[in-house]
Amino acid sequence: MTATEEAPLLTVSGLNVAIEGAAGTVQPVRDVSFTLAQGDSLAIVGESGSGKSMTSLAVLGLLPEQATVRAEDLRFDGAELTGLADPDWQQLRGEQLAMIFQDPLSALNPALTVGYQIAEMFRRHRGWGRSRARQAAVELMAQVGIPDPAARLRDYPHQFSGGMRQRVMIAMALALEPRLLIADEPTTALDVTVQAQILRLLRQRQRDGLALVVISHDLGVVARSARRVVVMYAGTLVESGLVAEVYPAPAHPYTAGLLAASPRARGTAGSVRPIDGQPPDISALPAGCAFHPRCPIARERCTVERPKLRVVAPGRESACHFAEEVLTGEPTKRGTGAAHG
Amino acid sequence: MIAFIGRRLGLAVLLIFGAITIVFLALRVIPGDPASLILGSQASEAELAALRTELGLNEPLFLQYLHHLADLLRLDFGESWRLGADALSSTLERVPATFTLAGTALLITIGLGFPLGLYAARNAGGWGDRLVSYSSLVGQALPSFWVGIMLVLVFASALNLLPSTADGTIWGLLLPAVTLSLPFLGWLARLVRNGALEELGKEYVRTARSKGMSERVVFYVHVLRNTLTPAVTVLGLILGNFIADAVIIEVVFAWPGIGSLLIDSITNRDYAVAEAAIVLIAACYILLNLLVDVLCSYLDPRISLEAV
Repeated sequence: MTATEEAPLLTVSGLNVAIEGAAGTVQPVRDVSFTLAQGDSLAIVGESGSGKSMTSLAVLGLLPEQATVRAEDLRFDGAELTGLADPDWQQLRGEQLAMIFQDPLSALNPALTVGYQIAEMFRRHRGWGRSRARQAAVELMAQVGIPDPAARLRDYPHQFSGGMRQRVMIAMALALEPRLLIADEPTTALDVTVQAQILRLLRQRQRDGLALVVISHDLGVVARSARRVVVMYAGTLVESGLVAEVYPAPAHPYTAGLLAASPRARGTAGSVRPIDGQPPDISALPAGCAFHPRCPIARERCTVERPKLRVVAPGRESACHFAEEVLTGEPTKRGTGAAHG
Repeated sequence: MIAFIGRRLGLAVLLIFGAITIVFLALRVIPGDPASLILGSQASEAELAALRTELGLNEPLFLQYLHHLADLLRLDFGESWRLGADALSSTLERVPATFTLAGTALLITIGLGFPLGLYAARNAGGWGDRLVSYSSLVGQALPSFWVGIMLVLVFASALNLLPSTADGTIWGLLLPAVTLSLPFLGWLARLVRNGALEELGKEYVRTARSKGMSERVVFYVHVLRNTLTPAVTVLGLILGNFIADAVIIEVVFAWPGIGSLLIDSITNRDYAVAEAAIVLIAACYILLNLLVDVLCSYLDPRISLEAV
């Protein structure tokens, strides 16, 4: 997309996820493509159920058994990820790819000490002895800002606060200095001051070359943690571009709606305007553009023809028939899309 | 911790008191006159009346109860007219035999139930899993006394491999212990299997995989540790049930434990011994439950004993 990404670290091209269920097959991810270079950062934004978490789980090969992943290209550091054997995945995960999950309490093992869960990274991947791995765990805990790490090593996850648990998750994920970190709603469960600390921690690692994918429904978090953004709706990409360009002038009415619903993201105080309606049921998507029932500028064409993701400006893509209109704010003055034109 | 155990011990005393009351009433409600049993059918009416007075059977029930409680406080369960010895010590003599039987049955249950359950969970949906599930259902459904008799018929009578009654050797222990463990073995296997499968669906399992842990480590470290707590809870119940079920099994195999002693003393209206045996079994049950709670809090750090 941009000139700086000549040899992307992560390539996702034409990714599809299908899940067999009792009520038939659903497709939570359809034809999603993006790339990410070393040291770069990308945000995947969307409401819950938009397919953003599924996309990241597909990259790590962690989708449940009922899910089938198809992709034109799913590549990490030049190596194909689809069809990778278990031992190869185990090599890659932790060492090269790491993930932070949304709810650190349920994502940590309740019956093992925090120290064990961090030290385990060194013991299983590096084959280090108990005391050496424990020493490394203490250092990591200190690095992510857990006070008195040597004593807290023996504590269990439930004995930590939400922010400290997320730090434990981060310490675990960053233990072996992976090259790509996927953070799924890394700060959703946390209060604002802790959020800022966690984001600072991630930015610091990014300066050392870590590539970061942040998944969030919160555009404010995205604004502070990623350079590029892709917006997902009902399993597909609807917009992509640089955060600095998309935020002031979105090219899709859904992005515009998300921004209007999040005053913090725009950096202006003002009324919060939620998007009308509910995210669609992915097993029964509306015809045409999946967003049209909720779209303030929807027209006849939107109800019949599904828009394709297309370049609408240099480095900008949008899947809206009227992207130019949304971007410039020209003919329509009444809808959400025009509000920030 | 200390406060918790103290509180639970207090509760245990109350429970045992309740058990004593129920046993006292039950033994006096069942038909049959101890005096005529002791003296036999040839005894004269005067002799019977004298013995009833001596045994305190003529007093009002409530007074009998109070006297009885006072005796029990001194750990005096009375004398067994049948054995001619102190009731409590004659019962305690039988304890090692019952504990040996229950302990062996527990070893068999854990030694087979755990591996079978884990195997079934790792191969969920496969034929091995189904075999374990079905056979554990069958094991649970069959009545112990029938299984015991069948095992004696096959292994003792037909094949002549094992002794049918207690002969003081390990071999004599085998059939009663297997009979005792069979229903609970299947129960434990299913519990371990279902527990492990439930844990496998939890988010921390996905985290462990995302850390690059092998499936072996995910299962035998992360999942197993979380499966232990419910299993230990059940093991406590099982051990309690072993002591209760032993009553029947010991009779079938003529095992010289508390169970067969209890049955003998009930049929012979030997109140003192019957009561000592029942109170002892109840005390075991209650103490086992306490032990399980303490063990669970050690295995699952989230369980705080102070909150129980």
